[in-house]
Amino acid sequence: MDFLPTLWFILIAVLWIGYLFLEGFDLGVGMLMKTFARDEKERRLLLNTVGPVWDGNEVWLLTAGGATFAAFPFWYASLFSALYIPLVFVLLALIFRAVAFEYRGKVHSDAWRKTWDWAISLGSFVAAFGIGAMLALTTTGLPLNANGDRVGGPFAWFTWYAVLGGLAVVGFALIHAAAFVALKTDGDVRHRARRLVRRWMPVGLLPLALWVITVAVQHGKWFSWILIAGAVAAAVAAWLANRADREGFSFLGMGVFLLAGSAAIFSAVYPVVLPSTLDPLWNLTVENASSSTYTLGLMSIVAAIGVPLVLAYQAWTYWIFRKRISVAHLPEPVDFAPAIALALDVEKPLVSEGAKA
Amino acid sequence: MEALEIARWQFGIVTVYHFLMVPLTIGLGTLVAILQMRWLQTGKEEYLRMTKFWGKLFLINFIMGVATGIVQEFQFGMAWSQYSRFVGDVFGAPLAMEALLAFFVESTFLGLWIFGWKKLPPRIHLACLWIAVAGSIVSAYFILVANSWMQHPVGVEMIDGYPQMVDAWAVFTNNTAIVAFFHTITGALAVAGGFLLGISWYQLWRRRKDGIDTVDATGRVVVGESATIAGRDKKDHAVWIKSLRIGAVVAMIAFSGSAVSGDLSGKLMFEQQPMKMAAAEAACHDGTSFSVLSIGDVGSRDCSDVVAVMELPGLLSFLAHNDFTTEIKGVNTLVPEYQAKYGTHLPDNPIYGDRAGQEINYVPIMPVTYWGFRMMIGFGGLAAAAAAVALWVTRKGTVPRSKPLMRLALIGILAPFGANAAGWIFTEMGRQPFVVAPNPSMSGVDQVFMFTAAAVSPGVSAGEMIFSLVSLTTVYAVLLVVEVVLLTKYIRGGVVSAMPELDSTRQASYGKNDGGSGPGGGPDDDVLAFAY
Ligand code: HDD
Ligand code: HEM
Ligand code: HEM
Repeated sequence: MDFLPTLWFILIAVLWIGYLFLEGFDLGVGMLMKTFARDEKERRLLLNTVGPVWDGNEVWLLTAGGATFAAFPFWYASLFSALYIPLVFVLLALIFRAVAFEYRGKVHSDAWRKTWDWAISLGSFVAAFGIGAMLALTTTGLPLNANGDRVGGPFAWFTWYAVLGGLAVVGFALIHAAAFVALKTDGDVRHRARRLVRRWMPVGLLPLALWVITVAVQHGKWFSWILIAGAVAAAVAAWLANRADREGFSFLGMGVFLLAGSAAIFSAVYPVVLPSTLDPLWNLTVENASSSTYTLGLMSIVAAIGVPLVLAYQAWTYWIFRKRISVAHLPEPVDFAPAIALALDVEKPLVSEGAKA
Repeated sequence: MEALEIARWQFGIVTVYHFLMVPLTIGLGTLVAILQMRWLQTGKEEYLRMTKFWGKLFLINFIMGVATGIVQEFQFGMAWSQYSRFVGDVFGAPLAMEALLAFFVESTFLGLWIFGWKKLPPRIHLACLWIAVAGSIVSAYFILVANSWMQHPVGVEMIDGYPQMVDAWAVFTNNTAIVAFFHTITGALAVAGGFLLGISWYQLWRRRKDGIDTVDATGRVVVGESATIAGRDKKDHAVWIKSLRIGAVVAMIAFSGSAVSGDLSGKLMFEQQPMKMAAAEAACHDGTSFSVLSIGDVGSRDCSDVVAVMELPGLLSFLAHNDFTTEIKGVNTLVPEYQAKYGTHLPDNPIYGDRAGQEINYVPIMPVTYWGFRMMIGFGGLAAAAAAVALWVTRKGTVPRSKPLMRLALIGILAPFGANAAGWIFTEMGRQPFVVAPNPSMSGVDQVFMFTAAAVSPGVSAGEMIFSLVSLTTVYAVLLVVEVVLLTKYIRGGVVSAMPELDSTRQASYGKNDGGSGPGGGPDDDVLAFAY
């Protein structure tokens, strides 16, 4: 066992788990915009629960990508080029979603807001599904040749595992988001979100559970099953906490479920980072896909400084914005410019007109 | 078209596009942080208004930088997998550090700034913006380290056919990167300066047109106040005239800075990539003069067709060497040198696919490098000269009522953007046919190079590339329109667009739990400064 490549495999697993835990709920909140929120105020409320943090959450994805590039360039190259088409969709979805968050409230017209609501909800759905599919295929394999390139055409990646992985992240994100909204809001929205968790949790988490079990059956080690048992226990605890109206514990339970489930997956596939379905000889592993010891050592120092810092200031952000918000807090949206927009269409100087009026 | 060509078009388009947003983010972010700092220091209301107004435009632009940046992070693996495999050991590190040490900082602290207006103590709130801005500057440094390694590959040794990092210090203090960093930051400030200048000019013009401000017999401004238009008070005049002056001064200083750093860049380029320098001059033969303007086909290889209209004798030597007499090698001298070192044909290696065995053309597309270089300097210089003129014209406190002049000021905003784009296109296309350029004068790292022809993803088909090129380009085009429309709306709205509380007629419906600095509401109101 090579120490540094293994360390980096663990670190990348941590980055992905961090990403799914954090962006999981803001992707879910995005999807809830069109399904759960009943009116404009509720949609704005949902947006504001993730407002200060969604961009920081998304950087976990960029960091997971960048760290894979630095630590396992062959993994990064093979995975991303093999999944070219689905990743284009993920990118488009992430672009629309990001822009929608910022631009939605910038023009006060229903058509404008509706357009961006679609961008947020569809964008969140496509991004969640695509990333889930990508992660599932990382564990179950792609038709790669000896050079690590995909053979069999643009859609050779398409399997039921991809669909399962996509559904797994979508389902998890929805339940996780409902648990988050129940924790962050007050009033009617809070109660409805709590009810949503209670009713739909088993359905929402099922695909993720199936994926974990599939991987464990195929490559599992003895402790995979312990982790799976832990994940199930966490999910049950989350559900019970929800019933007991303990939103904080319920949200935490979702996190532990994700952590244990993902740990089961990552530990089961180790040391393979990306299997080739054509020939096991062509599997990418922590050894043959990794960077040099020198680079990994350098990156380890950087990560040892950087990761705790990130955790500290992101935690601080969550602390600053810890209070629950509710529809009652929301100010009316304001359309500013009319005074000046009006002036723009008037050719004569406005002051004299104002004096007349 | 082949996958390679499409991939190159795609990279060029998405990166140039990303780099429309980036300089404005870096430059404007810095200026907004300074303005907010001035507000805290002086307590003057106009600084608060400037912070809010320019901050709003900053955010509208920022998000587009984020959205397009995600594509950047992914596309190396997607479209350039062979490149990623080859350089990953050294190139991935700065990219990962950028995400870990810069993007996290930037996005988190900017979120705190946007939502923290009333939640955080003023000094901490300001510090959040400064930290976010520092993040964007650090991000520029890391990505330029990555890019400069492609221009000047240092700190590596070829092991098993791959460049492996052996000296991180050399990679992160690459002289090319340090110079490019200063050059890019000054370029970014030039963009922000022009932005402030043009928009403030428009606003001052608007005030004059609406009859709010007038001038007395000596041409000095008489600042007025509008009874009907919200926000058009005397402070409003101070906002714009101050912004205009700051913008003009920043633009001038930034240009001087980019001239100095650009000159250093030229000296490095002459040493590290002589062919790029020759191509920048469209110089076939060796010589010492800098060509200011030529007519004819600057792309022709035999010079028969090129007529130099204006040349500055000795300047080229100065740019490259700090004297006026050293001969700079022309294309015709360099091509045989390159052929002797790196071959005349692409090797018979499967990574070249169908391209194996093709003849290598070592000369970049000269019309692009020649005009790219001149557009960069020309647009930048023009903007700086215009800024000086603007300072002079507005010395009595306002702008002339001329509409064409106002239009010119607004169009002038584009010049520094053009200079930046031209600079990058020149840098990147001047490096062709290499994606990682060899350094002829440096022994030891000579063997570290990669032809662009070998870099593209072997498994990705032309059809897939077309799909992504078309969809990304379309989406980018649409979003550019959306961004410009929004910017225009907020620019026209003036300060009230960012501070609705200035509109007294609307106070009733506003001000309780808003994100602004208006009077606070009840005990609940510090829950969150709402932004959406
Ligand atoms: C407002 C923007 C701006 C302005 C006014 C200038 N530049 Fe520039 N230039 C850039 C924006 C830029 C850039 C976009 O930032 C580039 C592209 C890559 C880089 O590092 O900076 C660049 C690249 C670049 C390079 C290529 C470096 C390489 O390929 O390694 C040279 C030689 C110069 N510049 C030289 C100059 C000179 C002599 C200028 C004289 C005034 C100048 N630039 C003004
Ligand atoms: C600092 C980060 C950058 C990196 C790492 C980088 C890297 C690359 C790579 C890998 C390619 C593709 C291979 C090639 O065709 O040479 C490329 C091409 C290109 N890049 Fe850059 N680039 C960077 C910044 C930029 C910027 C900011 C711009 C423009 C604003 C730009 C403009 C281009 C263009 C126009 C091409 C196409 C050149 C051609 O194919 O002829 N690049 N660059
Ligand atoms: C091809 C290489 C490039 C890659 C991979 C890349 C990657 C990215 C990514 C992923 C983001 C979004 C970060 C976020 O979510 O906050 C971003 C934004 C940014 N990039 Fe790039 N970028 C490239 C070229 C450049 C260049 C050449 C510069 C400057 C010299 C630059 C400077 C920035 C800055 C300052 C930001 C933050 C501001 C903003 O989001 O607009 N980038 N970049």
